Amino acid sequence: MRTPKKRRLYLVLACGLCFSAAVGLSLAAFSTSLTYFLSPRQVVAKAPAVGQSFRLGGVVEAGSVLTTLAGETPTTHFAVTDGRAAVNVTYTGVLPDLFREGQGVVAIGSMGPGGSFVADEVLAKHGAAYMPKDVEQSLKQAGKWDPKFGPPPDASSWNTMTVKAGS
Amino acid sequence: MNEDVLPGVGRLKTGGWLHYLANPARFLRVATPALPWLAAVSLLLCVVGIVWGYAIAPADWEQGDAARIMYVHVPAAWVAMAGYAALAVVSLLSIVWRHPLADIAAEEIGPVGAGFTAVCLVSGSLWGKPMWGAYWVWDARLTSVLILFFLYLGHVALIRAFDNKAHGYRAAAILALAGAVNLPIIVFSVQWWNTLHQGNTISISGGSKIYITMLYPLLISTLGFYLAFITMVVARVSAAIYERKTASALLAVAER
Repeated sequence: MRTPKKRRLYLVLACGLCFSAAVGLSLAAFSTSLTYFLSPRQVVAKAPAVGQSFRLGGVVEAGSVLTTLAGETPTTHFAVTDGRAAVNVTYTGVLPDLFREGQGVVAIGSMGPGGSFVADEVLAKHGAAYMPKDVEQSLKQAGKWDPKFGPPPDASSWNTMTVKAGS
Repeated sequence: MNEDVLPGVGRLKTGGWLHYLANPARFLRVATPALPWLAAVSLLLCVVGIVWGYAIAPADWEQGDAARIMYVHVPAAWVAMAGYAALAVVSLLSIVWRHPLADIAAEEIGPVGAGFTAVCLVSGSLWGKPMWGAYWVWDARLTSVLILFFLYLGHVALIRAFDNKAHGYRAAAILALAGAVNLPIIVFSVQWWNTLHQGNTISISGGSKIYITMLYPLLISTLGFYLAFITMVVARVSAAIYERKTASALLAVAER
């Protein structure tokens, strides 16, 4: 019953299985370096050496943003949190448009001598929710969501919600 | 071409319709009349989806008009991945069942898929600069899609690299099948690792995190992109079959 077609099929399946296992194992082994950023919890638990460059990712803590102007360039102090730990960040320069309290950000830089993170670059991480402005406004008015304190509520509560014109 | 001369020996259940579709002449009989319809419907859906998305659908509360890139970016990304899945399937048919039509399809899917992947990469990059603050970052999602693009380009080059076409088909089929492990990596990259790229908005099981008047144009545009991909591949495969017919007819005349 071993026709050439069946033999080839089993050969392809066996090769595919072995190859997928090899790729899966190597991805699992390299998973820490495939991660684009470290969370504040990881940084607090085991901070990289002062001056060693890494990426810090999390949410801008509500009420932590403080911007000072020195001449033309703004310097911004803010805290990046993952809900369990927070790291203070200092950045000199113009922040991306999406930067705000409650926004996910990735800061590239290194730990400064004072225990705060000195960022050379700040990237805004956009959330996965898409909604018109008036839906966001009415969620806010109803007290169901404030973008300062994290992602929107369960999508089924708003993705077909009707909004009164002019609200 | 059909090695299966003994009836019932080594025939898988799928063998029947696979052999039916694998006949180039039969393919042309189905494809030629269907092609103008496919082209018209895909063009119509693309235009409706994109005009709706860019002119009528509401702007996003946070990104404003920049979010409208999704009516091109997301369908292109889905089609790029589905196209590679199709490439892997025809490669399996080519390597196991040696269907001549599967070889032609593999040769013709490659450039089209590479084109959709390029659209996905370029549109995402143009969105990334104003939103993220960078055209490109080396996170897992972006890197795995770039690898998909290189797999397509490698396949396009490899399948045409041999004087003996059969060797090219065999080598390229192995590349396409091995590269298919990249597909689950692209899909799950935003869940397995921390990435700058956002997570999934559309989900089949739970509620999609997108307002309904933004979802409709996205789905229409997606359907349009899928049909456009199918139209281009069917047109290219038909042209390749006619090319081969012409070449063998000319050869027959020359040998007489």
